[in-house]
Amino acid sequence: MLAALIIVFREVFEAGLIIGIILAVTRAVPRRNRWILAGVLGGALGACIVAAFAGALSRLFSGMGQELFNAAILGVAVVMLTWHNVWMARHGKELAADMRATGLAVADGSKSLLALAVVVGVAVLREGSEVALFLYGVVTTDGGSSESFAWGGFIGLALGAAVCLLTYQGLLRIPPRPLFKVTTVLISLLAAGMAAQAASFLERANWLTALDSIMWDTGWLLPDHSLLGRTLHTLVGYTDQPTGMQLAVYLSVLLITYLLMRLTGSRAPVMHAA
Amino acid sequence: MFIIRTLSKLATFAFAAWGLAVLVPAAHAQQATEVQVTYSNGQFQPSDLKAPADKPLALRVKNLDTKAMEFESKSLRVEKVVAAKSEGVLNIRALKPGRYEFYDDFNEKARGALNVQ
Repeated sequence: MLAALIIVFREVFEAGLIIGIILAVTRAVPRRNRWILAGVLGGALGACIVAAFAGALSRLFSGMGQELFNAAILGVAVVMLTWHNVWMARHGKELAADMRATGLAVADGSKSLLALAVVVGVAVLREGSEVALFLYGVVTTDGGSSESFAWGGFIGLALGAAVCLLTYQGLLRIPPRPLFKVTTVLISLLAAGMAAQAASFLERANWLTALDSIMWDTGWLLPDHSLLGRTLHTLVGYTDQPTGMQLAVYLSVLLITYLLMRLTGSRAPVMHAA
Repeated sequence: MFIIRTLSKLATFAFAAWGLAVLVPAAHAQQATEVQVTYSNGQFQPSDLKAPADKPLALRVKNLDTKAMEFESKSLRVEKVVAAKSEGVLNIRALKPGRYEFYDDFNEKARGALNVQ
């Protein structure tokens, strides 16, 4: 039971952190629970499909299907997060003023929610497919012990939900005005970290071989597999041995997000006034 | 408003183009040496593998069991789920001589090591 609990919790942990942040980001948006729930359910359904076809997926692209699939869905999440930040830079102020004032803002608001629901879906899909494969293997082969395993899995899932709730509650302690800045920075770092992770999957698939030397090794200080290492890995993309390419991708995404936000954010209100 | 739209579209386009450039597959610099390990009845066979140093490796993991396993190694910096009755290949960069341990993340009793010489 403990083994199942640990395995499930470890996988759900990352998704829990991400959903917690997204709940905090969307706290003021009406009907956001529906969207986030749709993201979770969609991701869970996707996870089951991926688990069911895991063997076939692996065989694609001369055995590198899993890596490329992960890189692709992470890429989608990065685009969605970046798009959300850019959209918020343009509309954030109107939105905070009065969400319901203009029909357009509400319509656009659900567009932005769709982007974040996709991010939630991707997070659940990535972590969930491993949980599904693991639990499926347990249920089909270990007949007798499967009940206690199911309990372990269930408790692991509940703990993951607790991580999500704690992240959300923690972020809500920040007053609204600075919270907007904090979540913008969090989302940017999340996007950069996911992009670097996508790069590492492409490196594993040998699709990306440029700049593949390791820049530094902080494994002695903060190993990837420690709890703090895993948390920082999810939140800001920490890894103890980044390659040059991962670092370049990480910094590029931060720079591009910043430039896009400057480009769309600062001028839009002036144009509106005119 | 039009200018902003155009600019942001251009920026999105630039972002997409950058993504494509990153995604273009690079040529394999060096032929990888293949190493094979079988997983059956919750055990790696052989549990001690040998591989040459300073050469990129392709580690083929054959899972003969009826449940999925996750090949994982912290020192090799790899992890990969291998579905029931199937196989997976892991690309490993050129390694320094040494002993690199690995295990099944879904069943930590199953352990083995790659000896690089």
